[in-house]
Amino acid sequence: MTFLLDPPATSVAVCPVDDLVDDRGVCALVSDRHVAVFRLSGTRELVAVDNVDPFSGASVLSRGLVGSTRRDGAWVTYVASPLRKQRFDLRTGVCLDDPNVALDLFEVTVDHGMVMVQEV
Amino acid sequence: MSSATANKLRVVVIGNGMVGHRLLTTLADLGAMDSLDVTVLGEETRPAYDRVALSSVFDGKNPAGLSMVEDGFFERHGIVCHLGDPVTSIDRTKRTVTSVGGLVINYDRLVLATGSAPFVPPMEGSDGPGCFVYRTLDDLDAIARAAADPAVQRGTVIGGGLLGLEAANALRNLGLETDVVEFAPRLMPVQLDDGGGRALRRHIEALGVGVHLERRTLSVESDGARPMALTFDGHDPLATDLVVFSAGIRPRDQLARDAGLEVGERGGVLTDATLLTSDPAVYAIGECAAVDGRTYGLVAPGYQMARVVASRLAAAATGTECEDVFEASDMSTKLKLLGVAVASVGDVNPPPGVDPGVRHPLIWDDPSTGVYQRLDVDDEGRVVAAVLVGDATQYGEILATFRSGEAVPAPGELLRPTATANPAEGISPSMPVCSCENVAAGAVLDAVATGCSTVGEIKTCTAAGTGCGGCLPVVEQVLRFGLEARGETVSSALCAHFDHSRAELFEIIRIRGLRSFAEVLAEHGTERSAATIAGAGCEICKPAVASILASLGGGHILEGDQASLQDTNDHFLANLQKDGTYSVVPRIPGGEITPEKLMVIGQVAIDFGLYTKITGGQRIDLFGARVEQLPLIWRRLVDAGFESGHAYGKSLRTVKSCVGETWCRYGVADSTAMAILLEERYRGLRAPHKIKLAVSGCARECAEAQSKDVGVIATERGWNLWVGGNGGMRPRHAELLAEDLDDETLVRYIDRFLMYYVRTADRLQRTASWVESLDGGLDHVKAVVIADSLGVADALEEMMEAHVATYECEWKATIDDPQRAARFVSFVNAPDEPDPTIVFVRERDQIRPARPDERPSPDPMEVMS
Repeated sequence: MTFLLDPPATSVAVCPVDDLVDDRGVCALVSDRHVAVFRLSGTRELVAVDNVDPFSGASVLSRGLVGSTRRDGAWVTYVASPLRKQRFDLRTGVCLDDPNVALDLFEVTVDHGMVMVQEV
Repeated sequence: MSSATANKLRVVVIGNGMVGHRLLTTLADLGAMDSLDVTVLGEETRPAYDRVALSSVFDGKNPAGLSMVEDGFFERHGIVCHLGDPVTSIDRTKRTVTSVGGLVINYDRLVLATGSAPFVPPMEGSDGPGCFVYRTLDDLDAIARAAADPAVQRGTVIGGGLLGLEAANALRNLGLETDVVEFAPRLMPVQLDDGGGRALRRHIEALGVGVHLERRTLSVESDGARPMALTFDGHDPLATDLVVFSAGIRPRDQLARDAGLEVGERGGVLTDATLLTSDPAVYAIGECAAVDGRTYGLVAPGYQMARVVASRLAAAATGTECEDVFEASDMSTKLKLLGVAVASVGDVNPPPGVDPGVRHPLIWDDPSTGVYQRLDVDDEGRVVAAVLVGDATQYGEILATFRSGEAVPAPGELLRPTATANPAEGISPSMPVCSCENVAAGAVLDAVATGCSTVGEIKTCTAAGTGCGGCLPVVEQVLRFGLEARGETVSSALCAHFDHSRAELFEIIRIRGLRSFAEVLAEHGTERSAATIAGAGCEICKPAVASILASLGGGHILEGDQASLQDTNDHFLANLQKDGTYSVVPRIPGGEITPEKLMVIGQVAIDFGLYTKITGGQRIDLFGARVEQLPLIWRRLVDAGFESGHAYGKSLRTVKSCVGETWCRYGVADSTAMAILLEERYRGLRAPHKIKLAVSGCARECAEAQSKDVGVIATERGWNLWVGGNGGMRPRHAELLAEDLDDETLVRYIDRFLMYYVRTADRLQRTASWVESLDGGLDHVKAVVIADSLGVADALEEMMEAHVATYECEWKATIDDPQRAARFVSFVNAPDEPDPTIVFVRERDQIRPARPDERPSPDPMEVMS
């Protein structure tokens, strides 16, 4: 709770980066937004998207499986919603199965071993 | 449409059976309906249905599923239909028919499709209660009602021909002890020879059906309410509670006789090859017709007759000529009787008076497999007849050779019971595929060329496989051959990341001893650079590999990189619901639970505000748990002695059971104890898909074991083991794997069956479709499980023993490990904060997820708890 009561900050601490399991998300509360944070295997980059599945309204995307698929010759890394399996590009937020739908992206960094997500 | 009726050719069809209806659909396909005014009268109240598949009603097939009439067919084609109103007379001078209901209808052309009636041999008591014939769905209803009486335990079919054995299958499916009585010295006396009859008898007796040959039945002895016994000439009586007569059929030609039409010597409305009767305005088709004096009791020649008459009527309506005639059909047939493949080609028993010519019988008779095959060739090496029992895979090839009339250089090669030659090596376009619809391989290959790539599309496109369905495996073979010839191999690759099938990956991982997804992907994935791709893998291969690692004893399913492979259900060890909450199902082995434990579940549900519902697998589902509540709920459950129910896993779900002999008046074994033993043995076993078992304490089958992956049914002599059943989306009746087993053998066979499935099935393939997909189907499973034909039985048992020895409750292991338990939070940075998007409302005294319009919109933080 203390995180919520802090004076206005640009970033919110999520968890120690070493607590993350590659390709398995966690959900963070950032102001009143639910943010899904992943560290990807292979490149070990951090990505953060809206945790709310726009198709169902349920706050579940951090619990989806991370995968990759080839699109136009390049690998696209996505999370698949655990409810109805729609896939979202983790770097653009765009839904691979319905390009009219996209997730908000969040800035994510590591500061002194702590994963930080920027408020919007 | 109606204004023009005066100019249209008026056609009246008497009978809406399979053949009568085929006439209508062919007329519609020919586009002739607009120029015809068609009226149909039928005796049965139901429109045409698949009589050939009648006994499948007791396999669980819905009677409506047998219907052959598309919704709105009659209306769409302007056909006037009077069902349940049989015709009583024909006035050929006035060209009218009169019905029981008093209808008088004029015709220009009349088609008799009245079919046939079962023949009941004259004997004392044959018309008493508990005596039935087997021809219509109504007959079947009556038999089922009588069999439902608990006092009715034994049923007897009089007649061991094709229909009699079908009827025996129906009785068996109704749970009756079944006997078959035949007058002739062998089963199926028309289609089989003595050797074939013997082989078939062995198969059928192995299913527990009694076979009594050379019995002339004298009387049905009755106690007034139901039959008690059959008496025979020169043999002891046979006890029975129900009798079905299936001693042949007789053409229904009385209407024609009354109208003065000529009939055949042995009955049937006499026609020539154009199917016209002695009256040029009257046709006869199907089983009521005697074409050049010969009647046909099979559906395929009937369909051929319907096609000829449809073409002739269509031509008459448009004033054109039609040369189509019925070509004397051979009675070659292939079918499954009581699960046994039986086929006959040509006349193996030439009718009296017909010179059989010189015949050299080549015979393969193997009692170890129960396969009997006989091929008769003449001096030139031409096939003149064949009988196949137990294995009829070469039927198509033999039939094509027979019909071609060409000599075969090495006819013995046609009999290769074990070789099951690769059909892709050569499929002749003339090879018959579907005899009901008269579709040859060429038509299927043409359909593939136009883009069909599934069996379903082939069925739509060519009608092959839409009749009795017996040819579907052949359809699939031809389809595969066609696709492969076009370079469109049916791929078995798991996904874009692996070229291997699941079964191949399983063996790779097992033999190489791989322990992580990263290793498997790096060494066997499609992209060697996989390690540098972000998030390599996908939602298909990750859970598949996770399941294989778990089946091979990979430890806790959240250990190491397995944690990132699991679907959310496996990751949180609970079932995700639509609103992001989870449901919790503790294991209740065999469905047996103490009142104390029931109260624990009730108290947990009250304390955590959960919705409760009884599942189909005899346990209790608790809904509405938030992620952070799961470890707290499970701490309570584990402390009270509950274990994970694995409702979230592709793994053993439940072993359903009845109360068995302990309480039940009819039970013959302790089904509950056996169910508990099996559930505790296989709990936690990870598999390609979920696995459900059931154990019934008697043949009444209250646990519905025959719809389960593994079903066990108690008999007086031990346990019967059924496999490959399924409910759900695509129901399938289980098949009998072995009978009268003792406890130890039963468990050993189930060990082998389940582990063989775990090792070789495809991803998300239930046992039902797995058994179907195996070359040889159930016979293959029997060979592996019972006869150890692959020499793997010991290895399969060892794998199962290893599973049993290393089992631990996943939930107990999770809550006992603080690190694992720490993952169960809605927000990693606010672990005590509940997810505010989860909102419930109350309905019928319990919670349910709020619908969008019920959510409190201004303040999303307000949560009901």
